Amino acid sequence: MREQMISRACELLANGSVDRVIGWERGEFVYDVTPAVFNDAEDLKSRFVFDLFCGANLSKYLVSETAKGGKVLAFLKPCDTYSFNQLLAEHRVKRENFYIIGVECNGMADINRIREAGASGIKSISSAGDKVTVSTVYGDREFTLSDVIAERCSSCKSRHHVVYDELMGKDGEVLDSNRFDMVEKLEKMTPDERFEFWRGELSRCIRCNACRNVCPACTCEKCIFDNASSGFENKAAADTFEENMFHIIRAFHVAGRCTDCGECSRVCPAHIPLHLLNRKFIKDINELYGDYQAGAEVNERGPLVNFTQDDANPSIVNERGNG
Amino acid sequence: MPMNENEFKPKIVAFCCNWCSYAGADLAGTNRLQYPADIKIIRVPCSCRVNPLFVLRAFQRGADGVIICGCHPGDCHYTTGNYYARRRMTLLFSMLDYLGIERGRTRVEWVSAAEGNKFAETMNDFVSTVTKLGENKRLEDLRCANK
Amino acid sequence: MYRISLDSIDNLFAAISAVEKLYIPADREDGQSYFTEWKEGVKLSDNLNTFRSAKGLFFPQVQDLVSFRTEGKKIEVIDTRKETEDFVVFGVRACDAASFGILDRVFLSDPVDSYYKTNRDHGTVMTLACNRPDETCFCTSFGIDPSDPAGDISCWKDKENLYLKSLTEKGEKLVYALKDLLTECDENAADTVKAEVKAVMNELPLSNLKPDDFTGEQLSVFNSEKWKELYRSCIGCGTCTFVCPTCQCYDIKDFNTGKGIERFRCWDSCMYSDFTMMASGTPRLTQLERFRQRFMHKLVYFPMNNDGVYGCVGCGRCLRKCPVSMNIVKVMKSLGGDAK
Repeated sequence: MREQMISRACELLANGSVDRVIGWERGEFVYDVTPAVFNDAEDLKSRFVFDLFCGANLSKYLVSETAKGGKVLAFLKPCDTYSFNQLLAEHRVKRENFYIIGVECNGMADINRIREAGASGIKSISSAGDKVTVSTVYGDREFTLSDVIAERCSSCKSRHHVVYDELMGKDGEVLDSNRFDMVEKLEKMTPDERFEFWRGELSRCIRCNACRNVCPACTCEKCIFDNASSGFENKAAADTFEENMFHIIRAFHVAGRCTDCGECSRVCPAHIPLHLLNRKFIKDINELYGDYQAGAEVNERGPLVNFTQDDANPSIVNERGNG
Repeated sequence: MPMNENEFKPKIVAFCCNWCSYAGADLAGTNRLQYPADIKIIRVPCSCRVNPLFVLRAFQRGADGVIICGCHPGDCHYTTGNYYARRRMTLLFSMLDYLGIERGRTRVEWVSAAEGNKFAETMNDFVSTVTKLGENKRLEDLRCANK
Repeated sequence: MYRISLDSIDNLFAAISAVEKLYIPADREDGQSYFTEWKEGVKLSDNLNTFRSAKGLFFPQVQDLVSFRTEGKKIEVIDTRKETEDFVVFGVRACDAASFGILDRVFLSDPVDSYYKTNRDHGTVMTLACNRPDETCFCTSFGIDPSDPAGDISCWKDKENLYLKSLTEKGEKLVYALKDLLTECDENAADTVKAEVKAVMNELPLSNLKPDDFTGEQLSVFNSEKWKELYRSCIGCGTCTFVCPTCQCYDIKDFNTGKGIERFRCWDSCMYSDFTMMASGTPRLTQLERFRQRFMHKLVYFPMNNDGVYGCVGCGRCLRKCPVSMNIVKVMKSLGGDAK
C-alpha cells in the first residue's frame, strides 16, 4: 500500500494537481509515526510511511492546511473521512483545498497493547497478514492482529469512505458495530458502581488537554478552559470536581458533532477511556432523537441544534436504566 | 414548627426564565403560597440561556440540587429556546447519571406565568427529594465546601 | 551492602511505613504504575517506570500556597501550610533520581522555594536500578547509569533478592531502623545485575545518542529553519511537560471559594497558548515559538546557566506519550548538525 500511495502522490505532485501531501512520517522506532506534510517526491520516498501504526487522524491538521491555501493531497482512512466531513459541515475546512484519496483500513495496532502484553525493548515490528512479530532485545514475540488492535478499531463503526476523490483499495460498508457494549454495561451498573468506576478513571487525568487538542470536533480558536475571562479556566484539576467538570464539558461540547473517531482515547497518556463519555452522548442521541452519525452527511442539522415538538422531557433520564 | 439544628436543609438553585417561570414564582409569592426559603432563584432570559457549565458551577459552589424552569414547550418567548434547552438538559442529566451522580439532584420543569401553584408544588417536591438525598457529595468542590 | 529476600519485601515495606509514609510504584486500573502510598495489599509494580515521574512527590501538580479572607476592608492572610511528615519514596529509577538534581538547581538556588525545600528535607529517596530498560530509554546520553542509581539508598533487584546500599546520612538512618530485616552481604552482590543492565543498554537503539552538539554557547540553533518543519505536527498539548521529570514551570492562580481566596500553584506547560500570560499578552505567539522554547530550554538555556547540565534525563516518557510522537530525540537528531 505504501508504495502505491507514494507513487500516486508523486504523480499528482508532478502533474501539478496538488502542491503538497499530508500523511504519516516514519519515526525513530517502528511505531512512533508522526503526521507530516511532504513537499516533493524525494521527501515522500524517504519519510512517508503507511502501516499498522498510522492511527493518527489527519483531519484536524487540515484546518491549518486550509488556512495556508493551495491544494493538498490528503490520505484519509474511513474514520478520518467522517471527521473531514464534519469539519466541512462546520466550515472549518474548504473542500476545494483538498484532493482526498480514501485508503482502505482494516484496523490499526495500538502500541500500548503490545507493551501491556509485556513486550519491551522493541527493535522492530513486522506484520504479515494477521500475524504481528515484535522483535525486542529480550527476544521475539508473536501476536495476532486482534491481540494488538486498537480498541476503537475492534469496534469499528464503518469501513465506508464518506468523502473522497479517488479510492485506494476497497471501500467497505457501514458496520454493525458493538461499540455501545461498554456503555450499556455501565448503564446497568448501580449509580455507586458507576461513580466508583469514573472516579477511578478520571482521577488519573493530568489535564494535558491532549484529548481536546487532538479532537477534530474541538476547533474553537479559544477554548473556554484556556480563557481566563470565562470564569472556567483551569490549568490543573485542583479538586476532583474540576476533573469531572472538564471531562463532562469536553464531551458535551462535541456532543452531536463527535464522529466517534476515538482519537481522545488514543492520545490519553493516562489511558482514560474517554470515548465512553462521547459514546454515551451518541447512544442517547440515537435513542432519543433518532439514529445520527456525525460526519455522514454534510448538510444535515446536528441533533443539538435541532428539535422536534414532541422530544422527550429531561425527566426521561429518571425513567430509564439503572438508578 | 420547631427546627432541629442538625436537620439538613438543602441549598437549591433554580434557574427561572424571565417570561414564564420567574413570573410564576412571583405569582406564588403574591398568592402567599408556601415553598422553602432554601431556593435561590436566578433569573435567566430563557431556559436555553442555561449553559451546562452553570449547572455544574452551581454544584461546585455548594448547591445540593439544581432545577431549571422555563415556558411550556411551544410557549417560549423566543419561540424555540426551550426546545433546545430540553435536548441539552436531557443529555446533560443523562451524563451526570452515567457518572453516578444522583438523578434526583437535577430537574427541568415547565412553569407558566399563571402557574403559581405549580411553581410552589414543584419546589416543595424538589426540596423534599433533595432533602432525602442529603448533601451533594459527588459533585462538590471541597475547597468551597469546608470553609 | 544489605540484602533482603524478595519474598519478604512486603515486610520491608511494612517496616518502613510503620515509621514514615511510604510511596512505591503500584499498578492502577490502566495497567500503568503510579507512586502510591503503601498499605497492606499494595504490590510493587513490575513496570519499568511510573507514568508520572517522581517529581510530583516534591513538586506536586497542585499545591496550596496561602489563603485570604476578607471582611469589609480587612484582609487576613492565612498560611495554609501544614506540618510536613517525613516520607520515603521507594523504586525511583536512576533517571528520576537524576531529575531531582535538576529541580534542586531551580528551586533550591536563591531565592529558595520553601515549599519544595520542605518536601525535599522530609523525603528519603530509595532508588531502584533498572532490570529491563526499554527502547525509549536514553539516560546514558546524559551520563546517567541506570544500573547504579543515586538517591539516599540505592537498591538492586535480582530474581531472589533486593540489595540495598545507603549513600547518605538519611539513608544510613533508615537502613539502621530496618536492620532487623536485613542481612549484611558482600559489596559486589549486585554486580551481576549491573552488568546485565549495562549489556542491554548498549543494545538499545538510542544508546549512541549524544547531546554534545548542543553546548551552552550555541544559540545559532534558535534560528534553524528546521523548527518550521518540526513543530508542525505538535498539537500543543501538555503531555510531554506533565510526564517530564524535569519540567518545573508553574503558574500561580487564585480560586474564589465564595468565602475567601485560595492561592495555589499548578504545573504549567510552555506548550500552552496562555503560558506566561501577562497584561501585555504572551511573549510567544505561535506554536512554533512555544515548541522551540521547550527544547531550547532543555538543551541550550538550561545547560548555559547550569554548568553544562542538560534539562533532560532521558527517561523516555515523552517518547512513549506524545500523541503525535514528536519528541526530544527527534529534535536532537534533527537539529544536532545545526548546533555546531
